[in-house]
Parts: sequence; C-alpha cells; structure tokens
Amino acid sequence: MKALALVSAVWLALASCAFGALAQEGFDDPALNERYRALISEIRCPKCLNESIAESKAPVAAELRREIRRLMGEGASDDEIKEFLASRYGEFVLYRPPLTLKTFAVWAAPFALFVVGAFVFWRILAARLRQPLDDEPLDEGPPS
Amino acid sequence: MWRYVVPLVLFLGIGVLFWRGLGMNPNYVPSALVGKPIPTFSLPSVTNPQEIVSTETLAGHVSLVNVWGTWCVECRHEHGFLLELARAGVPIYGLNVRDDRAAAIDWLSRLGDPYVSSGFDPDNKAGIEWGVTGAPETFLIGRDGTILHKHISPLTPRIWQRDFLPLLKEHCGPGDCPFLAAVGGS
Repeated sequence: MKALALVSAVWLALASCAFGALAQEGFDDPALNERYRALISEIRCPKCLNESIAESKAPVAAELRREIRRLMGEGASDDEIKEFLASRYGEFVLYRPPLTLKTFAVWAAPFALFVVGAFVFWRILAARLRQPLDDEPLDEGPPS
Repeated sequence: MWRYVVPLVLFLGIGVLFWRGLGMNPNYVPSALVGKPIPTFSLPSVTNPQEIVSTETLAGHVSLVNVWGTWCVECRHEHGFLLELARAGVPIYGLNVRDDRAAAIDWLSRLGDPYVSSGFDPDNKAGIEWGVTGAPETFLIGRDGTILHKHISPLTPRIWQRDFLPLLKEHCGPGDCPFLAAVGGS
C-alpha cells in the first residue's frame, strides 16, 4: 500500500513535470495564450494516431506548435494559421475541416444517420400502436 | 421480403467498408503538396555552410529530394539504394532535419554521400514548408518544379519500380532524364 502511494506520488510529480513543460510555452498575454491553447488542441498531429499537437510528444508536434506561436506573434488569425498548416500537411491536420464537397459526407453523416434512426423508430412505434391492446392480466405469481 | 433484404444489404455494405478500412494504413497521410510547385526554402549545405540549397537549386531539372537525419534508423536502410541511384546519375538533394552538423558530415563520409547537396535544417523549419513529419521521406521533382510524388518510409527498389519509374516515364521530356535507362526505365 505504501509502495503504491509512493509510486503514484512519483507518477503524479512526473506527470505535472510533463504538463509543466508544455505549459511553459505560450504567451504572457492571457487572452492570446487562451487562443493558442484552443488552436493547438484543434490541430491533429500528422505523425501520431489521433492526438492533437497539444497532447503529442512527437517532434513534429513541437515544431508545429513553434510555427503557430511564430505566426500568432506576427498577428496571423486562426483561419490564416489553419490555412498555413492545411496547405502543407493537408486538411488531415484539421479536426474541424471546412465544409467542402470532399468533406461533405463527414459533416452530413451524423444528421443523415439521425434521420434514418428517427424513421425506423417511427415505423416501429406506428406498428406497435396499430396492434390491439392485450387485455389479459399479467401472471401474478404461482397459483395458490 | 424487404425486412430481410434491407438488413442484408446494409450488413454487406458496412462489411465491405470495414474490410477495406482494415487494409488501410492509418499512418498514411496523403500529401497536400503533390501537384504543387516546390515550396520556397533556402538552407546552407551540410558539408559547406557557404553553399546554399534552395528552391532555385531544384528548378529546371528532374530530381529527388530526400529527407534524412543521422537519428533516423530507416534512413540507414535506404542509404545503399540512394547511393545506387546516385551512381546511375539521378540527382538527389538531401534535406537533413533535426540533426547535428558534425554527426551528419560523419555519416556522409562513412557511408558515402549520394547527394548533390544536402540542406542543413536542424529545426525542421524548411521541413515544415515541405510538409515533413519525419524521415525518411522522398519527393520526386519534375523539370517544371512541380512535386510529382511523395514517398514516406525507406525507398526500396520495389517502391522505385512501382511508384517512381512510371511517373518518370510519364513526365521526362526528351533529354530530361539521361539516367532513365540506368535505373530500370529503358
């Protein structure tokens, strides 16, 4: 038990170190820093499987964060930064790709599936409602 | 009838989709740069800091651009084949990323230097312009300065035959690729 507590203490300390390293990079201005945090959590790391560049420890993620800080420092807007990244790494890196003909299916699928689901639900419900009510009493236990 | 056909068709459709999905490589990211002009960059050469490797260096001829680093194990793998291509006369330009200059020079002198010239890019700054995520990566550059192809992972004779040669045959004008016969594209 004691060992477990020690291990978790060490682990927590290490975890906060790792977080601290990432927390150090950013901007002194809180508003700018918040924009930076939001932006890097919306950019997918091109080298890792489904990690944002905010979470990833891959070198390319650190380099892309550096580029984003540089561009933000030069006054680029979020859209300009996303355009910068997408033109080099493809729309793959955007967790929220723009609505184009190519990405239409991705955006439309949830709504389409919802409509299909609602239709099936309605059909089942309608069929059930048409069935006569079963008036026989429920079995209330073993015969006495 | 419908209540059997619809689920069956749905099942088969989803099955085919998932089966194809299983066969896909999740690490494969299609390059945004294929078909586009080579990005603007300018780097000092690894072996001679006075010499510049840049967009202009690559203009006007067919070449390969190979991303490498001494930290990259897979680069060691493809190095022999790169040397073979260079001996056959293919102009290969290096993009040395996230590396130490002394280590890179040592690598080239020990293993042989297949590159016409290698740009030294320790911070992967030019690499980002090229959409580089790691190494090795190899780009095929057309005479007009368009990126014709990008290959991620080591370049092997098989990949060369399959992906690069057909593109070379298609895009090499008369006299553009004097090396073509020597690299398998008679």
